[in-house]
Amino acid sequence: MFTDDAGKGGISAGGPGNSEDTTRRTGGDLVQLITPEGERISHPEFDSWLQDVSDEQLGSLYEDMVVIRRIDAEATALQRQGELALWPPLLGQEASQIGSARALREDDFVFPSYRDNGVAYCRGVKVEDLVRAWRGNASAGWDPFTVNVATQQIIIGAQSLHATGYAMGIQNDGADCVAVAYFGDGATSEGDVNEAMVFAASFQAPVVFFCQNNHWAISEPVRVQSHIQLADRASGFGIPSMRVDGNDVLAVMAATRIALDRARHGGGPTFIEAVTYRMGPHTTADDPTRYRDANELEDWAAKDPISRLKSLLDRKGLLTADLEAAVAAKADAVAAELRYGTINMPEPAPLDIFKHVYSTPNSWLDRQQEHYSRYLASFGDPAEAASEEGAR
Amino acid sequence: MPQMTFARAINSGLRKSLENDPKVILMGEDIGALGGVFRVTDGLQKDFGKHRVVDTPLAESGIMGTAVGLAYRGYRPVVEIQFDGFIYPAFDQIVSQVAKMHYRTQGAVKMPITIRVPFGGGIGSPEHHSESPEAYFTHTSGLRVISVSNPQDAYTMIQQAIASDDPVLYFEPKRRYHDKGEVDESIDLNTALSMEKARVVTEGKDVTLVAYGPLVKTARDAALAAADEGISVEVIDLRSLAPLDFATLEASVRKTGRLVITHEAAQSGGLGAEVAASITERCFYHLEAAPVRVTGFDVPYPYSKLEMHHLPGLDRILDGVDRALGRPNSLSGLEG
Repeated sequence: MFTDDAGKGGISAGGPGNSEDTTRRTGGDLVQLITPEGERISHPEFDSWLQDVSDEQLGSLYEDMVVIRRIDAEATALQRQGELALWPPLLGQEASQIGSARALREDDFVFPSYRDNGVAYCRGVKVEDLVRAWRGNASAGWDPFTVNVATQQIIIGAQSLHATGYAMGIQNDGADCVAVAYFGDGATSEGDVNEAMVFAASFQAPVVFFCQNNHWAISEPVRVQSHIQLADRASGFGIPSMRVDGNDVLAVMAATRIALDRARHGGGPTFIEAVTYRMGPHTTADDPTRYRDANELEDWAAKDPISRLKSLLDRKGLLTADLEAAVAAKADAVAAELRYGTINMPEPAPLDIFKHVYSTPNSWLDRQQEHYSRYLASFGDPAEAASEEGAR
Repeated sequence: MPQMTFARAINSGLRKSLENDPKVILMGEDIGALGGVFRVTDGLQKDFGKHRVVDTPLAESGIMGTAVGLAYRGYRPVVEIQFDGFIYPAFDQIVSQVAKMHYRTQGAVKMPITIRVPFGGGIGSPEHHSESPEAYFTHTSGLRVISVSNPQDAYTMIQQAIASDDPVLYFEPKRRYHDKGEVDESIDLNTALSMEKARVVTEGKDVTLVAYGPLVKTARDAALAAADEGISVEVIDLRSLAPLDFATLEASVRKTGRLVITHEAAQSGGLGAEVAASITERCFYHLEAAPVRVTGFDVPYPYSKLEMHHLPGLDRILDGVDRALGRPNSLSGLEG
């Protein structure tokens, strides 16, 4: 890290190495390997990154996508039933999230946004942990170091800098893992994302900027954020980029593998624009009928990521009754687990409010806790007194 | 013990931390070959390399946000903000990320980040180079905020800050950088006074005068001047602004019954307000008079030809002491 290492190349546009390889180019045509009708299109460069993807793995990608769509639907239902305070649906973005997450190595480290629940699931986050924060039982759901996924970031784009800093640390450690920042089209307008690209390019840090362009930042269409393709922004920072069909799980997986491989081998950062679509609302509190055309939704429904993979499986004769039954059973089981885990989640104790503000005792806070504890005890409620004792 | 300047003492403390812990990394603008605009990091990049003393792009949020990522990776970043007034682009990362990460992750992710901020006025600078933004940070849960007033504390407390698993803002009084003092470099950090403790720097019995950072020296001078008139002033150097060491403050006020607080920062919502309110709550019946604040005015930091009117000087502090003691003062005859 932090070096001007010879051999790692400079930070000029097109990236180090001056390879003719088109994946080093910025932006360019949208790469698609599976058509909306499920036809597999060959690609001279991307195909070589998918040679190990077996029929069985195609089925497993399909399963993951179906399962996270089911998680998403179940969580939305739980919100409607008052069991969650809020939920940010990822409907329509399954290929972007599964295709990229399945390309990662276990020791790669992900810095996700709040909508990247598919990525988190894929990395091994427990389903009840996905909703812990959305139920209001915690500020975040899991210990990042158990799954190598940071907690979901709500401040738009802030995590892009965390990923870049983490990548600078990887470089300093001489390791070959990679940090991946997930963010959306709206985030590309944030200063933090731009500063992250400046730092990543300057230090040639092993970081992948994975941008899901889902076309909407709450109610603002992507044209409010940018007059050029988002992938083309990267060239201004000297970062190579790719623009892929984000509803095509194979195109996403290949692009992510290319970017990861480059980062692992000292080639620095890559920006990937996965062109997808947010089929649902921004969150369960949003009403997209106020700002977008129903026709647009129909157009994108025809490009659905799951149905196209299903069609591909069908064309290849892989969509067996057994596979469909197994996938449906898995989705049902995960949904039931999510529902059970949500409804039976332990409630936080009142004095938990004071926990973990600092890693060492703090005299101000200790006093406030002591006073509030006495206040609670003044009601003489034994249950309250017990929970208070437990929190000490 | 060697005499060294304030700036040199910080430099020596940073060097010690870099030597003792390979995870310590310095980051900032111009801190490498130049040694920082105040030369506080002079020679460190040469001795520890570009990997550990890192000249960053000119983006404060970028510096702070990448420091968060480095902390995630197990590093202990020490960030230099070049001037107090340049910290605001980093404010979101400090308040929304650095301060909250430990709470958000229920203790799983620690943020052992030290943020060095040269602060305060008195050096004739243009706008944005003389501010005292400490109260923004003392108001933010999850941060520890300290300010040093002398070379020995500067040396000791920078190392204590870096060793802390919590994020620490370390405010250095830039107009004292060239002041010299004795520094014991063999001091044991574990037995040295904790960075969370205030220190009584001048004992007295008539009035408690609370200061921190650049104004500790001014307060001590004021105590000397007051002694000429037979007034015994107890000067307390807060050292820690968050949390405040109320035990030391209370003990003093219970003895003197009178409290004067001084700082360069604007008055409203400042540290003086917190000290006055808390001490009033805690030892109201020991107070003989209302607490008095002697501070910068509620104005943007003024242009340099007027800054000496803004900064509390020896005479304004003595006037405040007179108010606390009910002696004739500039406000005599005014109600309230």
